[in-house]
Amino acid sequence: MNEAAPDVSRRLALGVLACAPAPDLADCVRALGELPRFTWLRQPETGLVMLRARIGGNGARFNLGEASVTRCTLRLADGSIGVGTVRGRNPRHAEHVAICDALLQHPEYAGRVQAQVIDVLVRAEQARHARRSVQVSASKVDFFTLVRGED
Amino acid sequence: MNTATELDLAHMLPGFADPVHDAQRGFRCVLDALSRPGRLFDMTVDVTPPPGLAPAQCAALLTLADCDTPVWLEPGLRDAAAGHYLRFHCGCPLAADFADAHFVVLAGLGALPQRSALKLGDPCYPDRSATVLVEVPELEHGGPIRLRGPGIADVQAISVGGWTARTTAFLHENRAAFPLGVDLLLSCGGRLMGLPRTTIVEV
Repeated sequence: MNEAAPDVSRRLALGVLACAPAPDLADCVRALGELPRFTWLRQPETGLVMLRARIGGNGARFNLGEASVTRCTLRLADGSIGVGTVRGRNPRHAEHVAICDALLQHPEYAGRVQAQVIDVLVRAEQARHARRSVQVSASKVDFFTLVRGED
Repeated sequence: MNTATELDLAHMLPGFADPVHDAQRGFRCVLDALSRPGRLFDMTVDVTPPPGLAPAQCAALLTLADCDTPVWLEPGLRDAAAGHYLRFHCGCPLAADFADAHFVVLAGLGALPQRSALKLGDPCYPDRSATVLVEVPELEHGGPIRLRGPGIADVQAISVGGWTARTTAFLHENRAAFPLGVDLLLSCGGRLMGLPRTTIVEV
């Protein structure tokens, strides 16, 4: 049925870009310097999506709540298509995600974007995660049950 | 109902350049056309339609179609640029049957189906009916077709390319079943003319 395997690396890159803090991503994009021109296929637009979850992760599905989402699609002069969908209402964030997505398919820019944007954001996220883990583990409490008091 | 093929973004054309204001202009044009049947209006919105859609049809669909309004396209267009364009920009499902379609897009009056095949609304909700967008080769004021009815002061004469006796019969039947029926939007390139179900047609 599904012949083309989903493009896993593109999906991962889009995840990194969309989850990165917007100012960090903006700094990375600025650091790339002059970028090719693009045309909008769909200008950034904000809407609501219903987030659905499952009870206990695998039970009945329920509506968790709505989240605002901003999306856009653009095309570079060479025909590469970039899509950006981010949580929140920041059109520049969605635009930067879409530009990076398109540049990652552009042979001239792919390497630079991978090194100067994706890798940088992944390292920043790992550092944030590590910091948070240290903070949380400082207050970790181990409970030992010596006697259960029953029987 | 929906063709679930993946969207072809590589050949996608842009939609409205200014989505809010272009949609408002498009809506005003469709509103004017349906309130003044038989009068020609310029769809002043600038869009590049995909092959198979006329400019005014394309602008009207970008304005009106959304996820709640299945659109009927000729089978050959559904999995082509036109179908992908509407799914991408309007998010609308593509109807395989006339009976499901809120909008029916035709390339000529000869392609009009049997009226009974279309969504005609129901007596409690006559508005739940189809709007039929037909591209015609010629559309002018003055001519052999005379229109009367709401929105027309006296008589409005028009000439329409591809008009046949079958078209007249279709519109007579459509008028006779009022308030049920379909509304027609004729287009010729970037111009639009409304023929709502209230209009009385004489040839």
